[in-house]
Amino acid sequence: MSGEAIRFEGATRRLDGFEAVFDLSVAAGTWLGIIGPSGAGKSTLLDMAAGFSDLDAGRVAMFGADMAGIAPADRPLAMVFQENNLFPGLDAFRNAALGLTPRLRLSAAERAEVADMLERVGLADKAGRRPHELSGGERGRVALARAFLSRRPILALDEPFAALGPALRAEMLALLADLRVSGSGEGTPRTILMVTHHPEDAVAHADRIAFVENGRVALEGPAHTLLSQRNDARLDRYLGPGRGET
Amino acid sequence: MAGGDRALSPAGTVRRGAAGGAEARDRHVRLGLGLAASLLLAGLLGGAFLVLLLTSDAVPDPLAVLADPYLRAVTGFTLLQAGLSALLSVAGGVPLGLALHRTRFAGRALVLRLLLLPQVLPVLVGALGIVAVWGFNGLVSDALAALGLARINVYGLAGILLAHAFFNLPLVARMVVGALDGVPAERWKLAGQLGLGRLATFRIVEAPALRAVLPGAFGLVFMLCATSFTLVLVLGGGPAASTLQVAIYKALSLDFAAGNAVALCLVQVSLTALVLLALSRLPGREAGGFTLGAAPRRYDRPSRLASAADTAVLFLGLLFVGAPFAAILLGGLGSDLGPLLANPAVHRATLTSLVVGLCAASLAVLLSLALLAAGRERPGSAFEIGPSLVLVVPPVVVGAGWFLVLRQVTDVYAAAPYVVVATNAAMSVPFVTRIVGPALAAAHAGQDRLARSLGLFGLARWRLVDWPAARRPLTLAFAFAFALSLGDLGAIALFGSPDFQTLPFLLYQRLGSYRSTDGEGLALLLGVVCLALMLLAERGAAPSVRRPLA
Repeated sequence: MSGEAIRFEGATRRLDGFEAVFDLSVAAGTWLGIIGPSGAGKSTLLDMAAGFSDLDAGRVAMFGADMAGIAPADRPLAMVFQENNLFPGLDAFRNAALGLTPRLRLSAAERAEVADMLERVGLADKAGRRPHELSGGERGRVALARAFLSRRPILALDEPFAALGPALRAEMLALLADLRVSGSGEGTPRTILMVTHHPEDAVAHADRIAFVENGRVALEGPAHTLLSQRNDARLDRYLGPGRGET
Repeated sequence: MAGGDRALSPAGTVRRGAAGGAEARDRHVRLGLGLAASLLLAGLLGGAFLVLLLTSDAVPDPLAVLADPYLRAVTGFTLLQAGLSALLSVAGGVPLGLALHRTRFAGRALVLRLLLLPQVLPVLVGALGIVAVWGFNGLVSDALAALGLARINVYGLAGILLAHAFFNLPLVARMVVGALDGVPAERWKLAGQLGLGRLATFRIVEAPALRAVLPGAFGLVFMLCATSFTLVLVLGGGPAASTLQVAIYKALSLDFAAGNAVALCLVQVSLTALVLLALSRLPGREAGGFTLGAAPRRYDRPSRLASAADTAVLFLGLLFVGAPFAAILLGGLGSDLGPLLANPAVHRATLTSLVVGLCAASLAVLLSLALLAAGRERPGSAFEIGPSLVLVVPPVVVGAGWFLVLRQVTDVYAAAPYVVVATNAAMSVPFVTRIVGPALAAAHAGQDRLARSLGLFGLARWRLVDWPAARRPLTLAFAFAFALSLGDLGAIALFGSPDFQTLPFLLYQRLGSYRSTDGEGLALLLGVVCLALMLLAERGAAPSVRRPLA
């Protein structure tokens, strides 16, 4: 891992009397799990990074460049949401292909690249299906395929597998872990910011974990040690009894 | 314990409790209210006609009716103008709605409110505005004449189409905005992040949303124009530009030909029933354009050319909708308002309009709530379909039926207030149910199981579940029904008399006696009352948007 992928410096967003102020630095190639109670500001953190939320103060920088005034399409970040990740009028192939080009007219090489990515996510035989003809897990695979096809070095995942059962969720996380390395071409793994309500997923896959509470990054540290800290009342409240056993 | 019909006794055994009885009683009350409302509506809409068909010698021969060239011409014109009006409204409303959704500017909310106003502006007042802008001596004709071009003759098909577009183009635009507001926020984010251009965004995001709403929008406008009365009476009316409703009115008020009126009514009802049947099979009919959700933020980056095109569409659209309003305002202010407002006839008409409007709106809300309550117990039943069937029988047809029946048994004009109130109330029912129904359905879907498990029935359920959800839409619906009644000329046209005059009736009379200055002043008065009512209601009905951080 070398360099810094993303930095939040007093990045502030105020809405309806709530203020979120984030200071956070994520090294390139890091998988950061973001956990915290509902309404703490986790999705707002990702929206700030993606350019979907205007900052009231502070700044967000990616690979050293200030993102102020940079449109979502021009940021080195691809986002996957919990739902509505696919356009219902397009089949799986075209939904994935949007990661390569917004024009929907593909060269032969681009078509081959999309087909290859769909094969890697296990959907080679379902490329012609519309979103409503796919299962929840398959829709998630298409969204991941698109995100990796976009070649953007940072992936922001906003509870992308929350609606899936435990086995399917584990399967998708394994796929993500595989693509993160193998789908990155040059060998440097993608930087991942993943919001999750499952701390055990973060422990199992993330390098580091950020605990967000009340619009702030309250704690941040290595995934395997952060959740076993026994001296933080905020974590206690969030994790409940038996924490650290995840 | 899952159901409210069971309760644990002190000993811990399950016994059938009072909640079960309350639930059954609640269901019976709902169905009873719905049945009573349905019977009242059916009696009002169809009763007079049925009596007439059974007792009168004016019942027409169906074959003769179908062979009558005048009737065929009138029917043909009704369909032609409705089809062209719907096409024009959709053709103008779609780009305007798209431009409104794509563009963020100060005053956008105000513009969306402005687009609601034609729906509640009394039709007669709107017609005056159209004439002031597009008429032979109007602003557009003056501009054309200054350029050496011919002036516009607004009377006839062209005027009817223009006026129908004025009233319905904003409705379509709001339906388009509403449909785009319904697109999940994630899709706009994805479109922005993927850098989709204008055409790709239209194809991938906007077009699917439009496809879901446009057939219904076209059908709704077609229906409204096929049953349009006042506009055609004022702007058409000649043999070459007459619709069924105007022909019915003329058959009764000018020709005193009851047989012709009955034949025309039968054709009108058959026609609207067919249109409604077709409309019920189209997607998007639920969207009424009355309320709009919180607009999601878009992240497109349109080119300068695309932005300029949107601005031009917005400017032209707002000019088209706003100009008649400005003309009404300027004309009214230029009239002799002082003496007019001191005129006792105006006072009486205003008071009558307000009382009729208040009674009609109250009755419409009560009937609608009863039908909605019963419809919840019997989804897909006549309780749910009934309100739409009201549209099959336009006010002129209802008025004509009761006019023909009542004149055989009593003094028609003595019964006028009751018939006008009841007719106006019935005409508002489809709109009230359309505005309030979705809120009640959402409350039912979200809280029915909880309410039943807690044993909440009857008034307690109304107070805790239904009322909080329906309060704001009900305010809007009440105001809408009030405004519809205030501006209606359909029912009062036949029943109005020197002793019973509403503001639209007085306005129509003044225009008929060429007292156009009085007409402009009255139009302003009527327009201001209706618009103020709707603006207040729409402000009160707007959901308070609080978007918590996630």
